[in-house]
Amino acid sequence: MDRFRGLAVLALIIVVLPLALRNSYHYDVAIRIGMNATMVVGLNLLIGYAGQISLGHAGFFGLGAYASAILTSRYGWPPIAAMISGMAAVGVIAFVVARPILRLRGHYLAMATLGLGIIIYMVLVNESGWTGGNDGMNVKAFSIFGFSLANERAWYWVTGAVLLVAIVLARNIVDSPVGRALRAVHGSETAAQVAGIDTARYKVRVFVVSAVFASAVGSMMAHYVGFITPQVSSFFHSIELVTMVVVGGMASTYGAVLGAAILTMLPQLLSRFEGYEMIVFGLILMLTVIFLPRGLVPTIAARLRKSD
Amino acid sequence: MLSQTLQYFFSGLTNGAIYALSALGFSLIYNASGVINFAQGEFIMLGGVCAVMLTAAGVPLPLAILIAVLVVSLVGLMLEKLAIEPAGDADVVSLIIITIGASIFLQGVAQVVFGPGQRALAPFTGDAPIMIFGASLLPQSMWMMGTGALIVLILAWFFGRTRLGKAMLATAHNRLAARLVGINTRHVLALSFVISAALGAVAGVVSAPITLTSYDVGIMVGLKGFVAATLGGLGSGLGAVVGGLILGLTEALAAGYISSAYKDAVPFVLIILILFFMPRGLFGARASERV
Amino acid sequence: MALLEVEALSRSFGGVHAVQDLSFEIEQGKIHSIIGPNGAGKTTVFNLITGLYRPSSGRVVFDGVEVTGYVPHELARRGMSRTFQNLQICFNMSAVENVMVGAHLRLDQGMLGSMLRIPTVARRDAECRDEARELMRFVGLDRYVGAAADSMPYGALKRLEIARALAARPKLLLLDEPAAGLNPTETHEIDALIQRIGDSGVTVVLVEHDMKLVMGISARILVLDYGRKLAEGSAQEVRGNPEVIAAYLGGSVEAGST
Ligand SMILES: Nc1ncnc2c1ncn2[C@@H]1O[C@H](COP(=O)(O)OP(=O)(O)O)[C@@H](O)[C@H]1O
Ligand SMILES: [Mg+2]
Repeated sequence: MDRFRGLAVLALIIVVLPLALRNSYHYDVAIRIGMNATMVVGLNLLIGYAGQISLGHAGFFGLGAYASAILTSRYGWPPIAAMISGMAAVGVIAFVVARPILRLRGHYLAMATLGLGIIIYMVLVNESGWTGGNDGMNVKAFSIFGFSLANERAWYWVTGAVLLVAIVLARNIVDSPVGRALRAVHGSETAAQVAGIDTARYKVRVFVVSAVFASAVGSMMAHYVGFITPQVSSFFHSIELVTMVVVGGMASTYGAVLGAAILTMLPQLLSRFEGYEMIVFGLILMLTVIFLPRGLVPTIAARLRKSD
Repeated sequence: MLSQTLQYFFSGLTNGAIYALSALGFSLIYNASGVINFAQGEFIMLGGVCAVMLTAAGVPLPLAILIAVLVVSLVGLMLEKLAIEPAGDADVVSLIIITIGASIFLQGVAQVVFGPGQRALAPFTGDAPIMIFGASLLPQSMWMMGTGALIVLILAWFFGRTRLGKAMLATAHNRLAARLVGINTRHVLALSFVISAALGAVAGVVSAPITLTSYDVGIMVGLKGFVAATLGGLGSGLGAVVGGLILGLTEALAAGYISSAYKDAVPFVLIILILFFMPRGLFGARASERV
Repeated sequence: MALLEVEALSRSFGGVHAVQDLSFEIEQGKIHSIIGPNGAGKTTVFNLITGLYRPSSGRVVFDGVEVTGYVPHELARRGMSRTFQNLQICFNMSAVENVMVGAHLRLDQGMLGSMLRIPTVARRDAECRDEARELMRFVGLDRYVGAAADSMPYGALKRLEIARALAARPKLLLLDEPAAGLNPTETHEIDALIQRIGDSGVTVVLVEHDMKLVMGISARILVLDYGRKLAEGSAQEVRGNPEVIAAYLGGSVEAGST
């Protein structure tokens, strides 16, 4: 039943939190946290569990966002169909590039994924006939079977539910033979291979899964915000996502959620350091990683275990 | 037609010189510490920004350059002492985030001190272009290529002939063995950051008259330096130089003949294609992993 | 019948001929040993057989099928399993999970089924966990059944690798210096463990420096020196071979392990 404890706590937080949310700005931050958390739970499968870095996942996020934007507003597709098509297309793209890219290791892998993200970004900037270029484009509100998600409250509950589902799916993967194979790829790729694990295949699978997570959240975010620019797929956004994983704690699903919460709130909190946001943000980033290299949740868990 | 190609060639070599210097900075630090320093581009930005501010304050150009290089070298030293050393043997992802944090921090400082706008440094020796077979070459471009070549020569001498340089190479090759023969590997680590920062500063100063400078110019040129270093094979000095020049030329030719909108995408397409076929770059070690 | 046939196998690294023109056979159901001074090429032979290295030339036939150049996971599927001289433990997992990794091929590997945790996947995984615990007891790791891998001492990790290798239910088990770094009591226990594994019908190839262990347990012994076969035969034959004696007196067999 250990499997459900964390989930129950999180579900409780999601249910109780609205009591503390006083205005639509608060709801907005909570929704963004939920969406980022969903995405990072997926990315954590790749980076935290399988040990494969990606500095380009904002690219997949951007592809999902623009798939939804373009298919719904230019072609009048229903949002859910656009979102699923986006996820499928991103899945295929990720599958095609994954095998050659994931043959690379360490910094070479970082380089290739970084390049992939930047190429996607530049396509979104330059193909302005489709995307509106740097001016961005509007996205219709999300609606399904005639119901539309019009206000923050509705989005809040949908986002919360999606996050919980994402966590269940991710935890299920982690606790399965597939998840063990992924962790073995991280722990000792040689041992994994010799134990019969087709490590290349598993890397591809987790890359695709995490990319599809990113695409789904990209679609949601596009509909929620109602307006997107290519910045959603920028290098800096990719870095933010990786930072969420690292600050929360690699290979910790709830760490990813916490990391997403912190990194989403940080810029809001820093807005009072007008003009000095970047300095403070950079400092916090460095200090957290230097002094809590394993991330928040694993560090706290280790402390608790020690004091038992 | 020829003049056109020659024109692209000049612009490719000019940018290539900067990419090569940036790539050398990456490789130096990578060799000494195994760290990919994503703040490398900020050294270039800081070099340009410092020089612009100093000359604007009336400091003569040569002195301004000297001070800029010294200041940025000090920043490099502090980065190593305050951020890299305390991290100990953190894993690759953590180190990447630390250097990116440093990069954002330095940009923030530059934004506060320098302001948000773009400014240019006056060209060192005028801006009357020289015509060669119908292609024009700016004097500042010659400064950039010349400075790049000179620095490569100095580095070749340093690593090939001096004790200190050889000690750094030995450390890169085998840290433990270097320590055993009495090399202070901590100093080597710090020195690699100082040299990389100085290289970046020089690149930033000589390119500032052409590319303009602002607090956020470091990211792209830094990332392209990383591309160039990877292209050549991380840790290879020759690779960094060749990678930088290939990158500059490919970019200029692609911008001229294929699409200027996608100019900035060219390095990344190139590196992905090359890594598909040569997972360790052009000159990277191809040792089979030991088990 | 021979379970494994190695024919004229060679592999060099740069100028170093790690293994040269080596041929031998491993018979079904017996315990074989490969001995030789450090750097003789024993580990390289294992790496070539299990597909971690590609041979420069030569053939490997396993269970009647030529498998030269096969990738490791393909060979695992055909019934090969091994341990490592330099431990290859997944320190990001618990001890039991490390053993369960060895059983990977016998479990459901579907992504969708795992993601939705369909009952058959969950049930099979729970059974696998029990089997893994059982295997840990079999190799003498009763105390560590609930431990994290990174909290275990060196000697226990060596056994953990053996348990993981056995979890695959291999036909052929390759053990690379399982007793290196162990004290005499532990070595004795490993000796008994290998004997039990052999008795259970698994064909074992052992690389070991502990001569007492090797001589007592092996049906056949292959002696390597500088990547070449120096001698082959029963313990008695090898012990009396003048070339072996010369190599060992001149070499450094007892000097420890690499
Ligand atoms: N991946 C590798 N790269 C370079 N040389 C290697 C590699 N693997 C083994 N060697 C060399 O091959 C020779 C045999 O090594 P090894 O098989 O480990 O010997 P043993 O296990 O008998 O001690 C040694 O000279 C070793 O340095
Ligand atoms: Mg060996």
